[in-house]
Amino acid sequence: MWVVLILAVVIVLWVIAAYNGLISLKNQTVNAFKQIDVQLKRRHDLIPNLVNAVKGAMDFERSTLEAVIQARNQAVKVNASGPDNVKQISQAENALSGALSRLLVTVERYPELKATGNIGQLQEELTSTENRIAFARQLYNDTATQYNTKQQQFPTTLVAGVAHAERADLWEIEDQAERAVPQVDLSRR
Amino acid sequence: MIGFILFFAWLGFGGDYIWAMSTGHHPFPWLGILLTIVAIVTAWYSYKTGPEKVLWATGAHELIDPQTDAERQLVNVVEEMAIAAGVPRPRIWIVPDDDPNAFATGHDPLDSHIAVTQGLLRICNRDELQAVIGHELGHVKNLDVRLMTTLAALVGAVLLVRDGMGRMMGRGRLGRDTGRRAKDAGPLVAILLALWVISWIIAPLVTQLLALAVSRRREYLADDMSAQFTRNPLALASALEKIEGAAAPTESIKRGAAHLCICDPLGRRLTNNEGWLADRFATHPPMSMRISRLKGMGYAQLKKEGGSFTSSALG
Repeated sequence: MWVVLILAVVIVLWVIAAYNGLISLKNQTVNAFKQIDVQLKRRHDLIPNLVNAVKGAMDFERSTLEAVIQARNQAVKVNASGPDNVKQISQAENALSGALSRLLVTVERYPELKATGNIGQLQEELTSTENRIAFARQLYNDTATQYNTKQQQFPTTLVAGVAHAERADLWEIEDQAERAVPQVDLSRR
Repeated sequence: MIGFILFFAWLGFGGDYIWAMSTGHHPFPWLGILLTIVAIVTAWYSYKTGPEKVLWATGAHELIDPQTDAERQLVNVVEEMAIAAGVPRPRIWIVPDDDPNAFATGHDPLDSHIAVTQGLLRICNRDELQAVIGHELGHVKNLDVRLMTTLAALVGAVLLVRDGMGRMMGRGRLGRDTGRRAKDAGPLVAILLALWVISWIIAPLVTQLLALAVSRRREYLADDMSAQFTRNPLALASALEKIEGAAAPTESIKRGAAHLCICDPLGRRLTNNEGWLADRFATHPPMSMRISRLKGMGYAQLKKEGGSFTSSALG
């Protein structure tokens, strides 16, 4: 009699702990996903300022700068159309990343440009912005993987249904070109 | 923390017990109560004021409005790593010292501080700085900072109490009296007395060993966390190599805060030796072991990605 009662209490306690663990991971995953959004927005807000700051020094590379502005405006527009367009949003953001990395490569090509303070700052800000987005995605992927693993593992999987735990999708690079050009090379200064 | 308070309670009540046994009558255990209260107050006070004390002791100043490129880069790197770790941005401090080193302090991720020396900013490139900051944020995320900062303050407090008590006992009749009467009271009391006296002598050593044991294990963990955040263990390896190469003692970081730093600021050669004794007394695992562990991680990663190891990967 007592044994059964104790066993029941232990099982109930475990179910509560497992349920709460899953909910906590779920919310962490949602939050990590929102963090990517925050960093993307930050990039949108930053780009016009950065481009304005270096416009004078980089007059001869107008097309590169214009490409960045255009890609940025496109990304803002797609983002404004609503959060459902995940595919389009990620395409626009990837295009923006591409334009920015071309700008960085251009700056690399002119050592005398790097000597002026503005450009050095631009380079640092761009690198940091791209890093922030990459790290936000990395955190999301790490958290989502933890969440996915937890809800599939026995015995937590038994309460996964009660907690409405569903597999979280990982963030992947869709653009093959972006995968081929590693950004890391640019940041190695 | 609890161990610390219990240890002090043993010192106090043990003293009372021996006192009672040897003198025959039963006085009020004032020593035990006093010492326990002292331990609790010290522990609480260390916990509360630890971060400020550590930062103040190193002469660090907070970086609020970055002026130079290096400072701007530091702020950016810390913010990036905070995103990667999923913790709020810690407050950033700069220690005016030319020797490369860094440490983290604070109570929890919501209230944390990261301090780097000017020397570190000078010799590290962006990736290496990122790796070092990742290591420190690893400490923050693991709540090591709370434990280690409190330990830093406690080590100092124990030394202080021991010295104070030692002076009191040496001057008063307490020491001589208990010693003589214990002999009459039987072997059990004598053994207890011996144990008690030894405890007093080794008290600072025990607290220090505790701090060291905690610290060494946590260093490996923080190295791993840094690799997890940056996905670039080789950057930390090369940062550690640079820091080790510059290994002059960091003058502004005192003994008590040594276990908070990324590498032993006292420049003890012990850190590089292996073996039982070195393992016991160093605040950090041997640098060569940390570096080779990180390089192992880095090579494994490169192998998986199908790349080849080049010197450029080391920055």
